[in-house]
Formats: sequence, C-alpha cells, structure tokens
Amino acid sequence: MQLARVLGNVVSTVKNEGLEGRKLIIIQPLDGELQPAGKPMVAIDSVGAGYKELVFWCRGKEASFPFEGSEVPTDCTIIGIVDSDDHVKSIATGARK
Amino acid sequence: MILAKVLGNVVATQKNQRYSGARIMLVQPINPDGTVRGVSMLALDSVDSGEGDVVLVVQEGWAASTASTGEPGAAIDSAIVGVVDFIEED
Repeated sequence: MQLARVLGNVVSTVKNEGLEGRKLIIIQPLDGELQPAGKPMVAIDSVGAGYKELVFWCRGKEASFPFEGSEVPTDCTIIGIVDSDDHVKSIATGARK
Repeated sequence: MILAKVLGNVVATQKNQRYSGARIMLVQPINPDGTVRGVSMLALDSVDSGEGDVVLVVQEGWAASTASTGEPGAAIDSAIVGVVDFIEED
C-alpha cells in the first residue's frame, strides 16, 4: 500500500458496468515525507475519502477485494484514511517541512 | 521479498475492516548494503517489528493478506514477514 493525497475526482458515464456507482478519485501517491512520489492515478474509493485527505491505497487484484461479490475492474482502490498528516510517524531524517 | 527499514507507522481509524487491529507500518525499501532504494511505502506488520528494524516485506496480496490477517482475500498488497538479524554478503 502507499500513502496518497486526494486531488479531485473523475466523472465518467460511459464506462464498464463493473464501475457503476463507484466514486473515481484522482490521487497523488506520496512518500513517507508526504512529498509527491510517482504519477497521479485514478483510484476507486471504498471508504468515503474526501478532497485533500491523506489516504492510502492498495494496488493489483487485491484492490477489487473490498467490493466482494461484484466484479469491479480496478487495480487501485483507496482503502483507508489517515487520521491526519501528523499521524504518519517516521524516524527518517529531513522531517516534514 | 524485499529488504526494507521500518521508519514508523500510520494511524488510520477509518479503513477497510480487514485492517482492524493490524499495525500499518511505514517502511523504506533498501539494498542489501543498507542504501535507500525507491519510495517508502506501507506494509502490515505480522512479526511485531519496530522502528529502525530491517525487515523482509512480501509484496503480493495473497501472501500479504494471509500473513497479516490469517486469511487471504483482503485488500492488502504488502506485509512485513520477518525481522532481519544480519545480512551476509560474500
């Protein structure tokens, strides 16, 4: 899993029916210092993530597991919301600015 | 598996229910010589690892979910499955 910041969302009406009723969210993956790391991606929400929230997401086939039973074609799903930016404890040097 | 160093952990109250009770650790992948490699990431702990530990991380869902929650089929793609005592490089 990886940390990410919610940047916004995507609206798509013509799509695979497995995506029906799922919120499509744009996320920017982050490193442990909450700095951007990697390319922005579109994730499916499974926990009610909101704009600018610090979340974490799961990749691969496992990303479809929160939606048991339904076949959701996703490889990137938000599965948790970090309580706040301060709830990422790290001993790495170069603490967050 | 990959080698990584445990940097700390992340607290998230609102999360997928399979994560309840699991420790979400922040880990930094490293090379065998200890140098940093790539971006830090999250992995569920299954061996009571702590900050500063060098650990083994499995990055495949079936193994990660089984190791960290006892059963496969959870939205988990990485788990800490061992604490490294030392690394011998001939």
